[in-house]
Amino acid sequence: MVTARTGESTGTIASAREVAETVTDPELPMLTLADLGVLREVTETADGVTVSITPTYTGCPAMDTMRDDLVHALQRAGFEDVEVRTVLHPPWSTDWITERGRRRLAEAGIAPPGLAPQRGAGPVPVQLLPPRRQVSCPHCGAVDTEAVSEFGPTACKALRRCPACAEPFEHVKEI
Amino acid sequence: MAFDNAYEALADAHDDARWAFGTGFEDPLSGVDTTVPSGVDGDDLAQYCLMLGDDALVLSHRLQEWCTRAPELEDEVAIANIGLDLLGQARLLLARAGKADGSGRGEDHYAYFRGEHEFRNVRLAEREHADFAQLVAVVLVLTTWRLAVFQRLRTSADPVLAAIAQKGVNELTYHRDYAAQWVVRLGDGTETSHATMVAAFDDVWPLVAELFETHDVERRLPGVAADLAEVRGEFDDVLAQVLSAATLDTPQVRAKAGVAGGKGRDGRHTEAMGYLLAELQSVARAHPEATW
Repeated sequence: MVTARTGESTGTIASAREVAETVTDPELPMLTLADLGVLREVTETADGVTVSITPTYTGCPAMDTMRDDLVHALQRAGFEDVEVRTVLHPPWSTDWITERGRRRLAEAGIAPPGLAPQRGAGPVPVQLLPPRRQVSCPHCGAVDTEAVSEFGPTACKALRRCPACAEPFEHVKEI
Repeated sequence: MAFDNAYEALADAHDDARWAFGTGFEDPLSGVDTTVPSGVDGDDLAQYCLMLGDDALVLSHRLQEWCTRAPELEDEVAIANIGLDLLGQARLLLARAGKADGSGRGEDHYAYFRGEHEFRNVRLAEREHADFAQLVAVVLVLTTWRLAVFQRLRTSADPVLAAIAQKGVNELTYHRDYAAQWVVRLGDGTETSHATMVAAFDDVWPLVAELFETHDVERRLPGVAADLAEVRGEFDDVLAQVLSAATLDTPQVRAKAGVAGGKGRDGRHTEAMGYLLAELQSVARAHPEATW
């Protein structure tokens, strides 16, 4: 059904998804929401388009912007009625960032995340030392880099430094 | 977005693209099935969500007070980040309360338009931090407690609460580690930093017992609310591990009494709470129709 669409081209499920997939993350503009693993589902019905997204960090202020950007991109493409829904379960994990997304992060000088920790039912062990992670330098490729802070300029990133090339860089931390 | 003049840009309430002025987006649970599970009392569930949501909202506000005051830029960023994560948890929980009690009230109603006696946070969350040692002591205690509670809520009979908890566990792990590492660094540091850390825990500890007092609302929510007796064991283990690494003893101080038997969960707060709410709510109350 394409009745909700006023644009010139024909609306199909694929094209609504295609439009939604072009929307980029406001903080990491080299990534699309699809690359980030935030875009869950795009469905087109007689009444319009429903997009399901999942929050990255609970408090991430970029979520509201993603929501608006999706609505505007789809409206520009001719889909008038756009509803953006939140999906909380299962929670987003950095494991959902696509291969292409990881490549683009590294190209932009941001170290992509490693595998997210798996948590069982028991107590979460406390870390009394900064976690030891193997994070390669996105600038020079050196393997041994050091942590500066577990909290970076956005909720999803940590700050690291490369002793080999002396450059600081950001790392999307595993969650 | 093009406008003929700045006033038009500011006055246009329909243009949510200019998100710097607020998107007007009010429901963080939009599209989530918020039906109250059968056998669960909606008002009790709402009260429980307010307890957990108010803890996060009020502690987040205290952490925001550290903006521009932290000892180093990295800590400034860390404290703001933790505050932001907690604010996100608060938004979901307050929104959940408005769906559960059937009132349909949004997060802003609960955050900005309730009086002090309607807030259900524990008194430790509202405590002012006189110095950085007190900040890390409060954050360690509250995040250790909250992480243990959220671990259990992942299997709560309320699927919305379970989903919020499952997301929160990963964030709280970072928060607790940050505070624990600072407690060890200061406790096992110089003579001065050790003494400051001892004083901070002595100061904070009278408000710890309150975290483990099961409220009537929690008793009426078996399978939904976390069992605080289980949480106590886990909390004691983690604190013992951190305090021992920090060369600190568990403080031997008496629990702070309530007022006429009431404590934070009953809406009986310390003097600090009124000042905190005045700052938190004054702008929203002055402009009740504003869009954020």
